[in-house]
Amino acid sequence: MIEVRKLQKTFVQPGGEAVPALLGIDLVMPSAQFLTVIGSNGSGKSTLLNALAGAFFPDTGTILIEGKDVTRTPEYRRAGLIGRVFQDPYKGTCPSMTVAENLRMAELRGLRRGLRIGLDADCRARYHDLLASLRMRVENRLDALIGTLSGGQRQAITLVMATIRRPQLLLLDEHTAALDPRAAEQVLTVTRQVVGEHKLTTLMVTHSMEQALELGDRTIMMHRGMILADLSGDERKQTTERDLLERFARLRHTMEYTAQMGVRGEP
Amino acid sequence: MSVGFWLAALTLGCAYIALAWGVYLAARVLRFADISPDGTFPLGAAVAAALLVHGVHPLVATAAAIAAGMAAGYVTAILHTRLGVTDLLSGILVMTALYSVNLHVMGRSNISLLDTETLVTRLHALAPMTKAWPDDVTFGLLFLAIALLLGGGLSWFLKTDFGIAIRSVGDNPAMITAQGVDRRGMVELGLALANGLVALSGALIAQYQGFADVSMGVGTLVAGMAAVILGETLWSRGRSLVATVVMVAVGALLFRSLVALALRVGLNPIDLKLVTALFVLGALALPRLRRRAKGGAR
Repeated sequence: MIEVRKLQKTFVQPGGEAVPALLGIDLVMPSAQFLTVIGSNGSGKSTLLNALAGAFFPDTGTILIEGKDVTRTPEYRRAGLIGRVFQDPYKGTCPSMTVAENLRMAELRGLRRGLRIGLDADCRARYHDLLASLRMRVENRLDALIGTLSGGQRQAITLVMATIRRPQLLLLDEHTAALDPRAAEQVLTVTRQVVGEHKLTTLMVTHSMEQALELGDRTIMMHRGMILADLSGDERKQTTERDLLERFARLRHTMEYTAQMGVRGEP
Repeated sequence: MSVGFWLAALTLGCAYIALAWGVYLAARVLRFADISPDGTFPLGAAVAAALLVHGVHPLVATAAAIAAGMAAGYVTAILHTRLGVTDLLSGILVMTALYSVNLHVMGRSNISLLDTETLVTRLHALAPMTKAWPDDVTFGLLFLAIALLLGGGLSWFLKTDFGIAIRSVGDNPAMITAQGVDRRGMVELGLALANGLVALSGALIAQYQGFADVSMGVGTLVAGMAAVILGETLWSRGRSLVATVVMVAVGALLFRSLVALALRVGLNPIDLKLVTALFVLGALALPRLRRRAKGGAR
């Protein structure tokens, strides 16, 4: 279970201007839930994801992963609990290292990296099988430098890296947005497969309303650092993209109206 | 050109291999613009020389030189990782400070080692038959043995689980944190290792040439870069790790040979550093110039 309580973060820009990014987020995700997060630019959806990952510490509030308080745990130490895939397919892997070395690095996430050559025949056989399940013809390229693979292949491998040891939380940050439609579709298929197979607690940020409703079993909509809508179950099933857009416009209008009236205070 | 000429060049080249690997580790593996070798190279020479004239065992003196280099490299790293100083400036600060440190270590601006024990005099005592060999041969074989040992160690190290993590630090700093690697710790350890190698090179060369001088560090980094670049040019990057490590060593040998050759055919020693700098500049600028020539305006 992931528990986010009263999470607040205000960024201070170089000019000294304070930009509130998260205004007291409360979010509880039961284990194995696949949550999609939508919202416009600056809505705080990526900030929420980065807060969970530990890229920065929140001003107030707490983050619990399976009961463990990680609010002040540095990013690299939290990484043992979390798998992450970035939007930029070039960000998730080490280009001048081989596919096998990248997988090995991911496999030791959160573990001790010893002075021994751990990348043995056993590992390679395991990686081969893992990659074969992608059906992207990368399983025979274990010794290829990752930089020589396509964006889609790299992103799929990043997904394998993120889940090679079952993470308590999988964070997907618009991970198909930078791919061409065909590669994006392939990576989404792999996403469904991996998340379903291991019953991973997953938070996926996306720009696409269609993707948000189609994947997973719960959708939240964010705007200006707050959660505006939270859909799951039958309600979510009956919701269309169009409903979502309308609902978004309505809620945003209400919110701005109340803001003008000066009632928006501490959520 | 005589056998002796090439022997001297290659012996010096063998002593430079550790330096080339140190520069390779910092500049290529960690992608850290570390200029501290200009200070840690003479530091290694100074520490070894100061201890040798006090009658310390050459092995201990050489080990102490490595330790001193590692400490200095560690300082460069923490200036960057803990205090937020840019990588280039961290190295410059340490290099500058080391000039004074080196003078203190030696007590004067140079130390002669002609009458002291060195690794080679110890070898003579250990294996009397080596006494008959020319010094260049004994030193050359000794340096070669050290290089083989180090090269094997370095290739192995970079392939271990820990080595993979160190390599990832330079390759993609954005993702390593997400993979649970502590970037700061890796940079600190990596630079310590790199400058330990550089200092070892300094200690070996001081024993070979029979003196340590406070100004012997000028141009160390550029010489090391030249060796790395030569090695990479002979065998383009990204082949295999072991091949790259070997080629950097070959680059060091080639660099010293080219220097010896240039001096032999009449290059004024005063111009040596200028020519080396121009060579490195050329190697760095060539890819860009070539791109421009192809019409890809950048």
